[in-house]
Order: sequence, then structure tokens, then C-alpha cells
Amino acid sequence: MTMLVPRRPQIPDWTAYLAQRAEHAQDARLARFFEAGTPSPDTPIRDVPMVALDMETTGLDARNHAIVSIGIVPFSLGRIQLSERRYWVVRPQRTLHAESVTFHHITHTDIEQAPELGDVLEDLLEALQGRLVVVHYRHIERLFLDDSVKARLGEGLMFPMIDTMAVEARFQRQTWLARFKRWVGRPPASIRLFDSRARYGLPAYQGHHALTDALATAELLQAQVAHHYEPEMPIGQLWT
Amino acid sequence: MEVELLEIRQHMGRFPPFEALSDDLLDEVVGSIDVAYYKAGEEILALDQELHHLCYVRSGAVEVFRRSGDLHNRLGEGDIFGQLSLLRHRRTRYPATAMEDTLLYFIPEEMFHRLCETDDVFADFVELQRPRLESAVEQHKKNNDMIVTRIRKLVTRYPVMVEASTTVQEAARQIGDFQASAVLVLDEPVDNPRYTFRDSEDRAWQVRGILTDSDFRTKVVAEGRPPETPVGDVVANRVIAVQSDESVHEAMLCMLRNNIHHLPVMHRRRPVGIVHLSDIIRYETQSSLYLVSNIFHQPNMEGLARLAPDISGAFVRMVEEGADSRMVGSALSTIGRSFTRRLLELAEDTLGPPPVPYCFMAMGSMARNEQSIVTDQDNALVLSDDFDPEQHDAYFLEMAKIVSDGLDACGYTYCKGDIMATNPQWRQPLATWKRYFSDWIDDPNPEHLLHSSIFFDLDTVHGENAMVEELQDLVADKASRSSLFLAAMARNALNRTPPLGFFRTFVMEKDGKHNNSINLKRRGTAPLTDLIRVHALACGSRAQNSFERLDDIDKTSLLAPGVSDRLRYALELMSMSRIRHQVIDLEHEQTPDNNIEPENVSSQERHNLKEAFQALSHAQKFLKFRYPLPSSRSR
Repeated sequence: MTMLVPRRPQIPDWTAYLAQRAEHAQDARLARFFEAGTPSPDTPIRDVPMVALDMETTGLDARNHAIVSIGIVPFSLGRIQLSERRYWVVRPQRTLHAESVTFHHITHTDIEQAPELGDVLEDLLEALQGRLVVVHYRHIERLFLDDSVKARLGEGLMFPMIDTMAVEARFQRQTWLARFKRWVGRPPASIRLFDSRARYGLPAYQGHHALTDALATAELLQAQVAHHYEPEMPIGQLWT
Repeated sequence: MEVELLEIRQHMGRFPPFEALSDDLLDEVVGSIDVAYYKAGEEILALDQELHHLCYVRSGAVEVFRRSGDLHNRLGEGDIFGQLSLLRHRRTRYPATAMEDTLLYFIPEEMFHRLCETDDVFADFVELQRPRLESAVEQHKKNNDMIVTRIRKLVTRYPVMVEASTTVQEAARQIGDFQASAVLVLDEPVDNPRYTFRDSEDRAWQVRGILTDSDFRTKVVAEGRPPETPVGDVVANRVIAVQSDESVHEAMLCMLRNNIHHLPVMHRRRPVGIVHLSDIIRYETQSSLYLVSNIFHQPNMEGLARLAPDISGAFVRMVEEGADSRMVGSALSTIGRSFTRRLLELAEDTLGPPPVPYCFMAMGSMARNEQSIVTDQDNALVLSDDFDPEQHDAYFLEMAKIVSDGLDACGYTYCKGDIMATNPQWRQPLATWKRYFSDWIDDPNPEHLLHSSIFFDLDTVHGENAMVEELQDLVADKASRSSLFLAAMARNALNRTPPLGFFRTFVMEKDGKHNNSINLKRRGTAPLTDLIRVHALACGSRAQNSFERLDDIDKTSLLAPGVSDRLRYALELMSMSRIRHQVIDLEHEQTPDNNIEPENVSSQERHNLKEAFQALSHAQKFLKFRYPLPSSRSR
């Protein structure tokens, strides 16, 4: 019998976690953010205000690399409020290796003149507050935010997220068909942002700008829900 | 512009009406949009839903329906919808559904209204029907008024250039090698920065002057200079040149003023070519006026046939210089009539004077002065009532053959329906023609209706004009009084209908089917011409040209106010579209036809054509009601 029960991902109790953090938070900004909490896990996704978040970093390792830009776009299942977008370039505390900042469109001058993450944290938290955050590949955003905030305030920043890459993996990697294909030696379908979007007929945006990628992520989640779920889907089944 | 929105800005900036917005305004629009994704089959706008955004299709496809549930439009990337409801402050009148997975951008209502107030092009684009057709036609005219042929058009190759130290012998050899008739002499830059430029190796040069064929005669040989003389010693140290964007006319004046035959053409400070006076003369002679006078100077049919290629030359030239469809149609008709008249003159020279008076008639587009570059011959002979077939018909048959064969040789192919004076049925005395016409009007059976639609566009080409005028009067008087005939003609005019519009690379039919190309004559200009003919016959107009017929219709109350203007603009747009596509065919050395392929239609042109098709479609619906079948055949 137990063999037939499908494997369920472990869902943390985010409501309890946030309440506990709110109680112990030292920093006023963090306290406010945690107190706002999150909608209960059984809320239909249709009714949940969300915000797509993307950041650019100097590398992939949260311990050695730093955040250089953050883009956010508030949205709901019905509408992406691009007009309410926010975007920050931030100056890392850690020294920048010259080669690691051969970025896209952000120059050294931009970064030198930019505020420090601590200076924009209040605005950032305010924009995220009360909204469910959506990212593509949570390990970057979650670890970098947690690490950077911990380095500054001594306490970290963690909250529930919907990871569109994980959602995509459910349909491209974890179905029986996908497993079978892998078993017969076919390469797994790409679940990178660009390739995932193409599957839903979404246009190819020039990637690697935090705001464009945040918009791209919001659009992807709308498409994923439209194709795979009902608007009544409880958020507790999507967040991690 | 915030760099992150460039993606969206670049997309919107490619499509009308946003492509014409100023940069600042476009930035504001882009900064104000919201976004949403719709899965294929999902409803976007429901009937009577409140609407506060203009919808822009970023990717995918959308179907828009009428209240009745009929397909109204199919939209693809870069198209907009919802403007109607926003303009009228009404709830959604045309519900919309995603046909494919679709990403939409929403422009807020306030931004939409601001765009309408601040940008005329935008307002014209989203405003309905007549104003848009009108502005499209006027925009075309305005653009073309500014077009003058630039001298660079006559530059066919780079100039031959030599250094001042080159010997005259070497310079002469180079002129010969390049089959040129002049060289430009270059020197180190000294005194004149106006003519100083850098070559591809970044070396600076100054144009010192020009050395022409005749300079070798007058300045070298006549003065006994040795072949080793450097060109720098011979060339006059002055440059008379024009900029490449000057008009041909200006360049010609410059040559006349300075009494020179060679003119260097510069792009800024770099020489790009040399124009000779003969280039300008050759260009000027490629005009329709010159062609017509040339036609009348041809001594025989062979000479006329040799002029055939000049027709398309004159046609392309006219279009490029910004002629509208009436000018093009009338010029091509004049050219066609001139060929016909010259052939008739040649026939009379060969056969002797005609035994009885005759009039050679043109039918169809030539009679309407709306001839196109793609045309066959439609002609007939009306003869004096003194005509005796036994005695005279051999003469007129021979004359008709000479004309018909001659026209075919000049590119006006034989009429497939045999509407030619070589057909005895169409080579008859006036009384017979009057009987034909009366019969057709009294008994509008399908064959008679077909004849009416061809022969009731009728005009003299050569001969006794009075006979044709009698026929035109008969049609004008009799047709307007026969409601049965008008009702039958009206029904006949509905046989060919326009498509709904375009969708991506397809022509979209009203039933939602797609085609790869559209015959713009069959589906556009011809049905509209048919429709205008019915109204013209009803009001007793003697005009043949569709635009002039509309002028006559305007004097009556046959059409509601404003309708005839819409038809004028629709005809002009469809005709110009057809003409432009024929020019494209000719420029690609293809045989021009009446087809247009949607992939060659710009998105502005699609938009305008769709409006024109709609105007035609509405007018066709009205036609049926305006000319009902009479209950009895009493009239």
C-alpha cells in the first residue's frame, strides 16, 4: 500500500515560522515585515497578492558573492502591475572582483554611486510585505537575502516563496513520463526561465536584468497556473 | 528610458500607431502598462464588461467577435483592441478570446485619452472609419508632395579618381578602362576643407577638380602638352559639385548656370559619382508626356511595339514621384488611347479613308480613365447608320484587325471575352447599338447584365464622337428609369465581396478561412467600381470615371452624407495599394499582377486596407436595400 502513495514535498509551516520570527525580531523593519505574516496556506492563489522578485549577484555563492541589483514586480493571477515595479542597484560591502562585474548593463560607476543594501532594505521589505514572493530558482534569492541581511543585522530574512522553476520541474521532471524518458536516456527538459517560458508561448525577453527577469517570472507563473492548475489552488501546495 | 523596459519599448515602437509617437511619449506609455497572460481559449473581454485599458497583443493571437457571435477580427502580434469602447466610454461591444496562448499589455484609459489628445496620428489611427481612411489618403499625398527625385538616383557608379601627380596619359588610359568620360583629380588637403575627405585607408584627400574628355582635347592636345604632364597642371583649381540629396532639377540648373556637362555628386565631402547632362536628359524623357508624343511619331507598328517597355518605365516613375491613383489611371489610359489612335491613323493610311463615318470606342477601365499596368483590350466600333455590311464591312474588319493585333504587340493582350471590334457583334451601326443597349436594360438576364457592366463604361478613342455621346445619353436616360434593371445590376454587383482583412501572413475571409494572397482587383477595386456604376446609372450620371461618378452621386440624396467620401478614400487606398504592389513586382523584374501577398503589406497598409474592405462591405449591404426588386415587371 505505502508504495502507491506519491511522494509529497515537505511543506514547512510558514505561518508559524513567521509568527515566531516576529516575536523575536530585533530590527524594527524585520519585525514589521514578519508581523504582516502571510496569507494562510489554504487561500486560493486567485486571491493572493504576489510579487515577483529577481536579483543579480556577483556570483553563485552567497558566502563569497554579493547582490548588485534587485527588481520586483507586484502582481496577481489576473494582472501584472508593471507600472508598480521597483528596481534598485546596490553597492556590495564585499569587495568586487573586477572580472565578476563584467555584467550586463551595470557598470562599476553605477555600483559605486549606488546605495548599500542596508539603505534600501526598508523600501524593499515594505514592497514585499503582505505579498507572496515568486522567484525562478529560489536558492539564489533566498540564500543571498538571508545571508546579506544576517551579515548586516545579525538576524536573517526568510519567507515563503513560490519557485516557478520547481513548479516547472513538477511537470517536466517529476511526471512518470519524464522519469521514463530519463530512464531511457533522453536528456531532461530544460527548466531554465527562458526555455520554460517558450513552452507557454511567452516571448523571449533579453534576460539578465533583474526587473525584466522578475516580469518574466510573473508571466511564467500566470501561464503555469493557467495551464496546470485551477485558480482555486491553495497557495500552501505551491510555496516552499 | 529605464533600460529594463527597453524590451517592451522596442516591441511597441515597431507597430502603428506607437511607431509614430515621440520618444518621450512612448516612454511614458511603456512605463504605464500592466501585463497579463491568457491561455488559448480563455476569454479576455466579455460582452458588456467594463473596460479601462487599451489592449495590445505582445504575443499570441486574439479573436474579436461581434455581438451576434460572428467573427469580427483576428489579431496578432502588435495589434490593439478595445479602442472603440474606450472612445465611446461604453462597455465592451466586441468580446475577445485568446486564440492561442497570449500575452497582453494593457495601456490605462487615462494614458489612452492623453495620447488621443496629444498625438494626431494616434488619434487618427484609433478613430473610426472615415476619418482614418481620409487621413491615410491625405498622409500619402502629404508624404509624396515632399518627395522630389534626388540626384543620387541618377548616380550609377563611383567616380574614377586619380592623384594630381598622375600623368595625363595614365589618366586618359583610366578613363578608357572604366568607360568613363571624366576623372576627379585628388590632391593633398591644402586649402579647401569643403572638399576634404578620408579614404578607406584613412588618408585625407581634397578634390582639386575634374578632368573631362573635352579637357584632353582643349587643354592637352590643342596646347601641345606632352603625355607626361601631371593632371594637376592641367586641371582647373575649382570644383563645381552638388550634394547627393539635391533634386535632379537643381542639378540641371547648376549645369546650365555654369555651362558644364559633368557634375560631381558629393555625399557631404566625399565624392560618390559624376552625373553627365545626358543622364538627366535620359531621365527626363522617361515621362509619360514624352512617351505619348513619341507614340504619335512612330511610322509603323514595329516602332510602336518597341515603345511597349517604356509604359512600365513611365508607370514606375509616376508612382515614385507621388502620383495618386487618378493621375496614374488617367495617364495609363491616355497612353493606351494614344497607341490605339496611332494604330487607327496607320490603318487609315494603309486602307484609305473610311467609307462611312465611324467611332472607335473603348470600354472598361480605359473608358473610365482608370487603366492599370495589367490590362487587356476592350474595344468596339460604332458605325454610321449608312453602313452597308456588303460594301463596307471588309474595310472595318481589316481596320479592327490592325488595331487589335497592334495593341497586342504593344502589350495590350487580346480580350479573353472577345470584347473587341474584330468580333462582328461589336462592329455595328449606331441603330444596332441602340437596340442592344435598350434590350439589355429592358431584359436584364445574366448575359445582358455582364454586357451592361462592360459596355456601360464607354468612351470615344477616335472618330465621330457624336455617336458615342448618343449612346451615353441613351444609357443615362433609360437606366435611371428602370428599377428592374437597377435592382438586377445591384445584385450583380454583389457577386464579388472583399475579405475581412489580414492575419499574419494570410488573407482572412469572413468565415475565418485563410488564403495566401488576394487579388486586389477582383476582391476590392472591381466590386467597388461595380457598386459605384449602379449608383451612377441610378442618378443618370454621364460620367465614366468612378471618382467623377461619385461627384454626380453627391448631387443627389442616393447615399447618406459622408458615405461617398468613404468610398472615395476606399477606392483610392485599394487602387494605390494595387499600384504600389505592381511597382514592387516591376522592380523585382516580375510580371506585375493584381495579387498582393500579405507578407509584403506593411502593418499600416493592412490597417488601411481593412478599413477600405469594411467600407466596401457596408456599401454592398446597403446596395441591396437601396435597389429592391420591383414587385411586378410593370416598369
